Amino acid sequence: MPDLAFVFAQSLSGLTAAMFLFLIASGLSLIFGVLRVLNFAHGTFYMLGAYCAFQIVQWIGLDGGRFWLAALGAALAVAALGGIVERVLFRHLYDKEELYQLLFTYALVLILSDVAKIIWGTQQKSVSRPAELTGAFQIFGATVPHYNLFILALGPTIALTFWFVLQRTRAGRFIRAAALDRETLGALGVNVDGLYTWVFVLASFLGGLGGALIAPMRATTPGMDTEVIVEAFVVVVIGGLGSFWGTFLGALIYGQVLSFGILFFPRFSIFAVFALMAAVLMIRPWGLLGRPIR
Amino acid sequence: MLARVPWALLVLIAAFFVPAAGSRFYTFVANDVVIWALFATSLNLLVGYTGLVSFGHAAYFGIGAYTTGILMKKAGLSFLIAFPAAGIVAGVCALVFGFFCVRLTRIYFAMLTLAFAQIVWAICFKWNEVTGGEQGMPEIPYPSFDGVDRVVSALPALGSYRTSDYYYFTCLVLVALCLWALRRIVASPFGRMLTTIRENAERAEFIGVNVRRYELAAFVIAGVFAGLAGGLFGIFNRGVFPDFAYWTKSSEVLIMTLLGGMGTFYGPAIGALALIWLNQQIVSYTQYWPLILGSILVILLFVFPGGLAGAVIALWRRLVRSPVGA
Amino acid sequence: MLEVRSVTKSFGGFSAVGGVSFTVPRGSISAIIGPNGAGKTTLFNLITGHLEPDSGRVVFNERDVTGIAPHDLCRLGMGRSFQRTNIFPRLTVYENIQAAYVSHRGRGFNLFTPVAGLYRAETESLLSAVGLLEKAHETSGFLSHGNQKQLELGIALALEPELLLLDEPTAGMSATETRDSIRLIERLAADRGLTLLFTEHDMEVVFSIAHRITVLHQGRVIADGAPADVRRDPEVKRVYLGDSR
Repeated sequence: MPDLAFVFAQSLSGLTAAMFLFLIASGLSLIFGVLRVLNFAHGTFYMLGAYCAFQIVQWIGLDGGRFWLAALGAALAVAALGGIVERVLFRHLYDKEELYQLLFTYALVLILSDVAKIIWGTQQKSVSRPAELTGAFQIFGATVPHYNLFILALGPTIALTFWFVLQRTRAGRFIRAAALDRETLGALGVNVDGLYTWVFVLASFLGGLGGALIAPMRATTPGMDTEVIVEAFVVVVIGGLGSFWGTFLGALIYGQVLSFGILFFPRFSIFAVFALMAAVLMIRPWGLLGRPIR
Repeated sequence: MLARVPWALLVLIAAFFVPAAGSRFYTFVANDVVIWALFATSLNLLVGYTGLVSFGHAAYFGIGAYTTGILMKKAGLSFLIAFPAAGIVAGVCALVFGFFCVRLTRIYFAMLTLAFAQIVWAICFKWNEVTGGEQGMPEIPYPSFDGVDRVVSALPALGSYRTSDYYYFTCLVLVALCLWALRRIVASPFGRMLTTIRENAERAEFIGVNVRRYELAAFVIAGVFAGLAGGLFGIFNRGVFPDFAYWTKSSEVLIMTLLGGMGTFYGPAIGALALIWLNQQIVSYTQYWPLILGSILVILLFVFPGGLAGAVIALWRRLVRSPVGA
Repeated sequence: MLEVRSVTKSFGGFSAVGGVSFTVPRGSISAIIGPNGAGKTTLFNLITGHLEPDSGRVVFNERDVTGIAPHDLCRLGMGRSFQRTNIFPRLTVYENIQAAYVSHRGRGFNLFTPVAGLYRAETESLLSAVGLLEKAHETSGFLSHGNQKQLELGIALALEPELLLLDEPTAGMSATETRDSIRLIERLAADRGLTLLFTEHDMEVVFSIAHRITVLHQGRVIADGAPADVRRDPEVKRVYLGDSR
């Protein structure tokens, strides 16, 4: 019978993993909801966020809050990349078949991940935690690093900010409208093309931020993009493609299933996650909080 | 007039001369191409002819490979049993998985095919006792070619061949038969019904086509041939590994299909040839093959959406309609 | 031949079709008319199994076919054409019609015979009947709107229906095209002994060929009978001549 400290620690680690996934998956969900495209390259943006954070830390060091600067810088760099890609290349594919759009995002994965290899090599990189958050608390007998707690607090904060922007601001209204009916929005005189670019930029920002923030916790290596994108797919499927809170819920569920799965059925934890995804698709394809797509 | 030339037959005959003409390396590459050509053509039955985009076709490839590997290495069964078994087991799995997949549309269909493929991968990855787990199953034996070898040695004109050459010929013959069968299928009334589903599934319903049933049938047939390709590949590759079912394998075969052109029957086979040949060439100069492939894909998407076959056909049409002929 | 009994369908809170009943006698030409949004297409979708009614029954040839899947309904003798042209765009005109024959004659699961030569005689005869024989090998997606509508008709006829439902068959046509189209439909119906049920906006068309007219307004039947009676009906006049007070 596992003791409380242990259960608590596992649960917390599941929640932390969930927050990172939420950051990435929310960007994926946003792009899907508005642009109706599954962006395979999203995992690669996440990876680039981690690498950029590493690079910036190499240049400016970690003291005096520099880490936050690095994280922000990385997220902005990735956001800029996303914007350029959308503007220059992706937008010409909107009128083509969906399959071609998907293939394009996959081509981006190939290109960008090799570019990362060229710039940073194949050795794994690590980033130390920012000085302010190197300690740990003892809660219920479990050791919980400050950084993890920070991430746990940050996740919902970002979720709420995001939700607020979507529900209460004008820009958010436009985004939601574009997700529902692009043509009418265009007919109303809104610059839908520009909107699409901003959505892509925002989603890339979130992905890059996720990567930058996870850099102190996990090694940054090539191949982290293909791993994480499948995880992100699982999350958005469980929660509901295009549903914001669905993505949050999906991430939470995924994190808990994975961390307790590893505990009780170590051999089948990866199996469990995909079985869950398949089950959701078979029983309720539009996810827990999604709406049936016409 | 050019269309009357039996290109496919000529290519097949020429393919028989590869071991005689080239080194071991060329035979190796040709063998690779032949197997992937079958894999890609099987996917095209779903993507190009029925309009169903699957992200998890590698599941059946992997299942076929493991079936043949397990039967030949662990159960010591002959290739003559292990090879068809690959197709049968893959087909049964395709029936089960496909039943759930065809009830969904488009993106959900694609996601479920992906989920099932990842489940297959996870099972292969973790089920150490049966599948060898993460290490896979190395050293799958070649089929026994003693009988054939004795006949060939008796005929001086044919020269001598290695085991890998015999295996290449085996693959060539089997793949040719499979492609012939697939060609009959797409040219049949069943194949025509599939294209109606691709063109307009709603209208297909209204001409009496039970769309789900046909899609499931296509899914199973595609799965069977992918399984057969996998069975051949496991032996060729001298080992069966979990990544045969991983989603990146599915994306490789999807790219080949699109690269070659999913609008024609031989497009995917051409795509397989192009991709593998290109890979071999480039990998000898640089390790950054994904970068090159990605760039080629981008160019293709913007300039030749019909794939290579599409581009060649378009070019040929333009040449045929030259000012002289009109 | 066809009986619709108290069929109802709502979407969310909106009642699209509310308790609609009428009959279509064998061999007749019947029309359903009504202003935009009256529920005509929804009613068609309910009859042909594309939608399932919340309540009510659809009886065809004394057989309850409520909510039967479209692919089964075709085999019972009901055919349909669509308002927005619904063909197989990358197939040729010939292949479009041939596909319908292949499906209808039950050869769909044949995996080995080459399809190219099947049903050549029937396909060509039908193409000739709808006036598309010269265009047989053109890609159907590139045809003009009027030709596509002829093809639509052809596909529906290849299924050898007894009852043909036509959803706004002359939508988007010029006056000449409309006249030709209606003449063609009338002739085909007479030649093949078809019963027709169609929806239309063009009143001239309706009153010129229908034996029986059912008028829908906001999902309910407000008049049903011979054209002369319907024309005189005060309710119909009110709805059509725009009395929205």
